[in-house]
Amino acid sequence: MWEYSPALETPGSIGIDSRHELFIGGRWCAPRSGCYFDTESPSREEKLSEISLGGAIDVDDAVRAARFAYDKYWRPMRGRERAKILFRVASAIQEKAHELAVVESMNGGKPVRESRDVDLPLTAAHFFYHAGWADKLDYAFHGRTPRSIGVAALLVPWNVPLLAAARKLGPALACGNTVVLKPAKSTALTALRLARILEETDVPPGLVNVVTGGEETGAALAAHPGVDKVSFTGGAEAGKRLAKALAGTKKRLSVELGGKASNIVFGDAPIDQAVDGILGGTSFSRLLVEESVHDQVVSKLRRRMDSLRVGDPLDKNTDVGAIHSRARLDELRALVADGEASGAVRYASPCALPAKGYWFPPTLFTNVGPTSRLAREEIFGPVLSILTFRTPDEAIEMANHTMDGLSAGVWTDKGAKALWMAQRLRAGIVWANAARKFDPSVPFGGYKESGFGREGGRQGLHDYVELCG
Amino acid sequence: MDQVGIDERVRALGKRSIKREGKSVALKLAVSMMDLTTLEGKDTPASVRALCSRAHAPLYSDPSVGPCAAVCVYPNRVPTAKRALSASPVRVASVAMAFPSGQSPLPGKLEEVRQAIDLGADEIDMVIDRGAMLAGDYGRVFDEIAATKEVCGARTLKVILETGELGSYDTVRRASDIALGAGADFIKTSTGKVSPSATPAVTLVMLQAIVDYYEETGRRVGIKAAGGVRTAKDALSYLVLVKETAGDAWLEPAFFRFGASALLGDVLMQLEKERTGAYAASEDV
Repeated sequence: MWEYSPALETPGSIGIDSRHELFIGGRWCAPRSGCYFDTESPSREEKLSEISLGGAIDVDDAVRAARFAYDKYWRPMRGRERAKILFRVASAIQEKAHELAVVESMNGGKPVRESRDVDLPLTAAHFFYHAGWADKLDYAFHGRTPRSIGVAALLVPWNVPLLAAARKLGPALACGNTVVLKPAKSTALTALRLARILEETDVPPGLVNVVTGGEETGAALAAHPGVDKVSFTGGAEAGKRLAKALAGTKKRLSVELGGKASNIVFGDAPIDQAVDGILGGTSFSRLLVEESVHDQVVSKLRRRMDSLRVGDPLDKNTDVGAIHSRARLDELRALVADGEASGAVRYASPCALPAKGYWFPPTLFTNVGPTSRLAREEIFGPVLSILTFRTPDEAIEMANHTMDGLSAGVWTDKGAKALWMAQRLRAGIVWANAARKFDPSVPFGGYKESGFGREGGRQGLHDYVELCG
Repeated sequence: MDQVGIDERVRALGKRSIKREGKSVALKLAVSMMDLTTLEGKDTPASVRALCSRAHAPLYSDPSVGPCAAVCVYPNRVPTAKRALSASPVRVASVAMAFPSGQSPLPGKLEEVRQAIDLGADEIDMVIDRGAMLAGDYGRVFDEIAATKEVCGARTLKVILETGELGSYDTVRRASDIALGAGADFIKTSTGKVSPSATPAVTLVMLQAIVDYYEETGRRVGIKAAGGVRTAKDALSYLVLVKETAGDAWLEPAFFRFGASALLGDVLMQLEKERTGAYAASEDV
């Protein structure tokens, strides 16, 4: 039997500092509390580094540094000068793409194939795209004149750490704001590396400040009176708490809270390509399949699932990496147990899992009830729930019958049917015969509990400007 | 068939990194799957004999490499090849059915198949009538393949779709389904006379048809990628495609072949490099 030999990216040559300080006002500062926490590699269950636990005083320092940079450098600067700086950052990210991808995979557990081929190219693309807007903002708002807002607090999640930061940094900076970035507690390493890149590219000090820490750090940042704008991507509960805390203040808020994506597969779909699309990412989510092709689709999914290579995220041939943390793995297990208890039928790929680290085999569930947690809750892991429908109307009803609406995919050979579906789906983005296609020029954001505000495109600029005149 | 999705899948699989032991094993496998091919008007008995000896023992310095699966020649060169390989497991394949165009009357084409078999061919590589395929005359395409299979009997029949002339993945898929249903033992991408010949994308489409047919009927049909596979790196990417689309069961000469002439040289050079750590001069292999 022919097997691939491991083809590992070598972390040794990249080097991760044993301790990371806060990046405030262009300098690396120890947290005032002196407290640090460990960040680990979920695939090896090893400590990677110590990270500063930013407290209220550190947040205050960072916001002041951002305000100073806003007043002194960034607001008075011509758009075309800001553009030059953003272009420089974009190029530097491209140059360092390899090490950023490797660190992203070490810290987050996602396969390097994905961080290298998806996350990093998109991260650089967001900077390039928004650099292009920096000197053309006067033409972006139908004749109205935009003004920058001030200091923006950017809170980003753990699932796409660097890309989520870039989605916010691009428009925030292009529109003339300065920033305090708070990465997720468990995956802060790439944001800190980005800070180092900013330092090396000579961006004005204080333009971007990085404060690491937990949810309290984020809450302190959002609540800081010097912050004019808060952009949050993350869990629904934390998002709601944030919205409540900011209610009645003059701060602008935009939130993206994720969502349970549906892939809708019709009988006339290119089924092999649909299967590729459904199983292509790190989270499989939910499949609505026309009843007439259910068995065929399930059999193809199983075959393909068995061929997925699960293992070391740093192996270039890995398709499915580690689960992001112990807590996420426990959550996933509970959800799966709950699904089995509710009568769903489980199939797991017979792949071997590494002994150390947090792993879950690619799994699919058939016979899933539309109200079960498996069908409704966003799942961060290689687990697919399959439900059936009979007519397009029924598919719409099932897909829209959720609390959220971030994205959906429609698989059919009929263009008219895909458009008909897209008009009726309550989702921020609808893909036709494709999955997880992102581009900085396309606004991204959700309906309902998936949040409000858009990132990317001309629409994404709105959240970072004040319109006057 | 969704063209964008197919191309994307092929690109993703093209990024597999095959190194070290995995690479040596795969390259040896590739040698054992090769149909060494010469289809020139200038082929002579001597040139065919040379090809046969190369197919039988590809690498003097390492007898664990090879033999190849078959040699593929025109019908007139079959007796020479048969004699040269009388003591060898290497099979002799003959092209037939008015290769490469297929545009001749059926009785004459079938007679050609019969004669190739009488001359000793173990395998027949037939071409389909692409004119009929593109005109939508699917019944005729099916009947010609079925009639050829009847003449071949137990001998291996490979059906060349000539995907470079079919114009879309949908037509490639339809032609694959027709050939599978009509009794092909292998479906083969190309004659090597038309550009483009084999591509990973059409191979993927054909593999998916083969897998669907297997799931439906339980009959395992093989696939041959012919023409355009020139380097060891190309060969590895095809093996990845087969492994991850059809599965390990297809990774043997009974179910996967390369039709090539230049490929062997590069594969042997890479194998020697893996073994000795240095590239040999090309005339040594």
